[in-house]
Amino acid sequence: MNTSVSAEQQPLVEIRALTKAYVRGKQVVEVLHGINLDIPDGDFVALMGPSGSGKTTLLNLIGGLDSPTGGLLKVNGQRIDEFGSDRLAAWRASTVGFIFQSYNLMPVLSAQKNVELPLLLTDLNARERARHADIALQLVGLADRARHKPNELSGGQQQRVAIARALVSDPKLLICDEPTGDLDRKMADEVLTLMQQLNGDYGKTIIMVTHDPKAAEFARRVVHLDKGVLVDETTR
Amino acid sequence: MKYFQLIWTALFRKKLRTVFTVLSLSAAFLLLGLLQAVNSLFAGSVEFLGADRLIVQARTSFTQPLPMRMMPQIETIPGVARVNHSQFFGGQYQDSRQQFPQFAVNPQRLFDTYPEWVIDKDQRANFISTQDGAIVGRELANSFGWKVGDIVPLNSFIWVKSDGSRLWEWRIVGIFDGKNQEWQDRTQLMYLNYGQFDEGRSPGARGLAGVFVARLKSPEDSQRVAALIDSKFENSVDETKTQNEQEFQLGFIKQFGDIGFMMNLISGAVIFTILILTGYTMSQAVRERIPELAVLKCLGFTDNRVLWLVLAESLLLCLIGAAIGMGLSAMLTGALPPNFPPLRTDQRVWLFAGCTVLGLALAVGLPPALRAKRLKIVDALAGR
Ligand SMILES: Nc1ncnc2c1ncn2[C@@H]1O[C@H](COP(=O)(O)OP(=O)(O)OP(=O)(O)O)[C@@H](O)[C@H]1O
Ligand SMILES: [Mg+2]
Repeated sequence: MNTSVSAEQQPLVEIRALTKAYVRGKQVVEVLHGINLDIPDGDFVALMGPSGSGKTTLLNLIGGLDSPTGGLLKVNGQRIDEFGSDRLAAWRASTVGFIFQSYNLMPVLSAQKNVELPLLLTDLNARERARHADIALQLVGLADRARHKPNELSGGQQQRVAIARALVSDPKLLICDEPTGDLDRKMADEVLTLMQQLNGDYGKTIIMVTHDPKAAEFARRVVHLDKGVLVDETTR
Repeated sequence: MKYFQLIWTALFRKKLRTVFTVLSLSAAFLLLGLLQAVNSLFAGSVEFLGADRLIVQARTSFTQPLPMRMMPQIETIPGVARVNHSQFFGGQYQDSRQQFPQFAVNPQRLFDTYPEWVIDKDQRANFISTQDGAIVGRELANSFGWKVGDIVPLNSFIWVKSDGSRLWEWRIVGIFDGKNQEWQDRTQLMYLNYGQFDEGRSPGARGLAGVFVARLKSPEDSQRVAALIDSKFENSVDETKTQNEQEFQLGFIKQFGDIGFMMNLISGAVIFTILILTGYTMSQAVRERIPELAVLKCLGFTDNRVLWLVLAESLLLCLIGAAIGMGLSAMLTGALPPNFPPLRTDQRVWLFAGCTVLGLALAVGLPPALRAKRLKIVDALAGR
């Protein structure tokens, strides 16, 4: 009992003095200047801030798509800032689901096959992969569109397929970069409600970058970033 | 194999472009298949010839006939088992466009020097006893529909009869086979009894043997015996050049230019063209898919897995094209009418095609595959 309590108390994401610099030619540009942030397991965080403030950069670091220049980055108990590229890839496959503004589905594959993609890296056989994908599509309410290609679906439906793909390997953490940026209000609300459900009912920890204050209202907590530093935090 | 659908759909993302590329690949491999089949015909015609036969020709040229009196001298050289003489007749059958070789030989000695030929006992005896007798190979007999007893008039472009005519009539007394398939495929020639040949010639030419065929007791001896023969006639009027049968045949083929070299040169040009074309298709296909490849990496595909996916795509593309082209080429060579040279899509041709596919797939796949491997996710997603 005691150990499990202490495990719960440890945040899922632990960020200390995190910096990120890009090298442009001879110039070194620091984009993140010593970020400190804890995100507990089961949280739903909205990350807001002006364009160019470093939101995507921070999100990519947490999702293990890029490596920080300095500081500490611990996710799910692991120092992912010390991982090499192959280990990071395996870690992403098992721990993180990604949702992008432009959905980023494979245009030539059906919804079903898109959702199955992450499962190709597992030991599941074809039938099990199809079953898992079915369940994920049901969860996002698109079981009847499994055979459709992305261009036969609306933006909101495509984003829900992308969410199903992010969910299918049952990751702890969902990373979303402006997931409703390309959607109208109604479709955006559908997608955000779904995300809220995933957070509330399935305990997924969600970090979402957004420009939209209405979208941020769906989160439990809003974190503000400006010019590479955290400036403000509102808890709902 | 679970990646097959991913690779397949990626390949046919731009259907028209892929179809055109596959068609070009097919056409190229059809051509390669045929060129290499021609090459194989020449390479194959000598590869199987053993080293246990030597051909003794005049040092200056094999068209220069050697005198008959050398035969017993050659036969006494240690290591030599049996010798025959052979004169290229150079005959043309009526106005047939099909050429086939005829050799005037000593019938008694033929089967001692060429035990690979198989013939009925009586037919063999008739060949020996019939002055104007001839025996023909099975395939040659079949292609002209010749039977034992037929008279075959041949117009020799080399040998004039004493009456000034060039038309010689030969009576078919036997049809011979090969001891195995390889030799059976070569039964496209005709042997003539030296008797009528020597008697019919103008008196000045009589007694000339042509070249000598020496069958050895052991093939390992071939170089040593060849040297012995040549040294025996060194500084005589009839200096010799002795080679094993394979070298002799190659020399004979080289008369018509180095066909193998020509075929390989054209093959090289074909491969180069298809390399450029397919290379362009592949690099274009990968360039368009940069964001998708980045997404795969996001999902946990390692850099090397993405590299392999692109290589597999390249291999699949080349394989489809090659399979169609080689299939057509094999069908074509299989369906050639009998009066064509016996082109065959043999193992050597398949091996050539296989190596070409692998090399091509690697050459056109590796550059985009490396590009995909080195792709940085964050840059690709941001469209940088
Ligand atoms: N790979 C890179 N190389 C150089 N500079 C980069 C790179 N990635 C980001 N930057 C710079 O870092 C800064 C932050 O970029 P980032 O994409 O994180 O901003 P953002 O907050 O997501 O902005 P937006 O709201 O417009 O998406 C920008 O000034 C950007 O130009
Ligand atoms: Mg951004």
